[in-house]
Amino acid sequence: MQECTLAANDLACRRGDRLLFRGLSFALAPGGALQLTGSNGIGKSSLIRILAGLMPAFAGTVQREGATGLLDEKPALDPHQPLGKALGFWQQIDGPEDNQMARLGLANLLDVPVRYLSTGQKKRAALARLLGQRAPIWLLDEPLNGLDTKGVSLVEELAAEHCRGGGICVIASHQPFAIPGLTRLELREFAA
Amino acid sequence: MSAPLLTLLKRDLRQLLLGGRRGGATLPVLFFVAVAMLYPFAVGPDAPLLARTGGGVLWVAALLAAILPLDRLIEPDLELGLFDQWALRGISEEAIVAVRVLAHWLSFGPPLMLAALPASALVGIDGAKLRVVELGLLVGTPGLAALGVTVAALTAGLRGGAALGGLLVIPLAIPLLVFGAGSLATGGESGLALTGAVSLVLLAIAPFAAGAAIRAGRR
Repeated sequence: MQECTLAANDLACRRGDRLLFRGLSFALAPGGALQLTGSNGIGKSSLIRILAGLMPAFAGTVQREGATGLLDEKPALDPHQPLGKALGFWQQIDGPEDNQMARLGLANLLDVPVRYLSTGQKKRAALARLLGQRAPIWLLDEPLNGLDTKGVSLVEELAAEHCRGGGICVIASHQPFAIPGLTRLELREFAA
Repeated sequence: MSAPLLTLLKRDLRQLLLGGRRGGATLPVLFFVAVAMLYPFAVGPDAPLLARTGGGVLWVAALLAAILPLDRLIEPDLELGLFDQWALRGISEEAIVAVRVLAHWLSFGPPLMLAALPASALVGIDGAKLRVVELGLLVGTPGLAALGVTVAALTAGLRGGAALGGLLVIPLAIPLLVFGAGSLATGGESGLALTGAVSLVLLAIAPFAAGAAIRAGRR
């Protein structure tokens, strides 16, 4: 896996007139894992999008080296396509991937149109897309939403494997998340 | 064209030209022919009048037909998070938009030019005029495609974006209509050349304007 680092220096985020957080800093080396916790609306998803470079920070900088994979509530799979073809579209861009479908519990669903999949199955499909991208930095926004207990432990397993392989993992979730070497960062309300 | 963009073009064509359940290219073509069919009913069987005004009506029909797929151009992919994933893979919004303009044009420009053959018979314009209409559509529809994608990107995510997009396209398409339909009256190359010039300007602006609009929409 290619070298990767992810660091945030004194980040602040503003949505509309509200300052969500400020003075947020951390640095992750290869193999590092960070869980962002905090109450709803505190800015976890905004922080993930800032880290991904999809949204500008109100203040502060992000240093990111290495390709970034994002898993959020949008699966980015064509709803009218069968799952196999929808994932195949990303394989054509990211390169062919090793077959993880059985492990993700998707092997029997490949000819089912994406719009018929349940929330948890869509999440698993999005995980397949993320794995296929082979990006060293993973940004996971509420990765456990809609997953059953087996799915939850699968995500933890995949994240742990990813970090063992020298990848970086940032997980925004208020649910408990257990992987070795995980540090936690609680986003606190900024009292203006 | 690099491999990811070719993949994007294939996907865009599957969505816009074939369209599956959402109709693809059939809806604009049927709309275009329907206007050409209804016009003689409304004006009456006055052959010289039809022949004189038919070309202009075909141009208006083509312009309105190009508006129909507007809400499918950008918004669904934004909602699915596809643009975010492309951005993370380093595919620029400008490149995506350029590919989409090409796919959008392929899915309504050539089909409308084909549909103009039966439509010209319905409004009774002769061969020479049909040639000018076809050439005009050939140079004018790329501009309409660029304009459509730009406006779709600007209005994506707005409430009532589709209706607003349609209304925005109409005034911006007036230069194309003036020169395109105007070339029928003069029957000359100058009108066609000006139509092509307007098209080129729109094509040059579209990727940057629409790309900036998509990025601004993320904030």
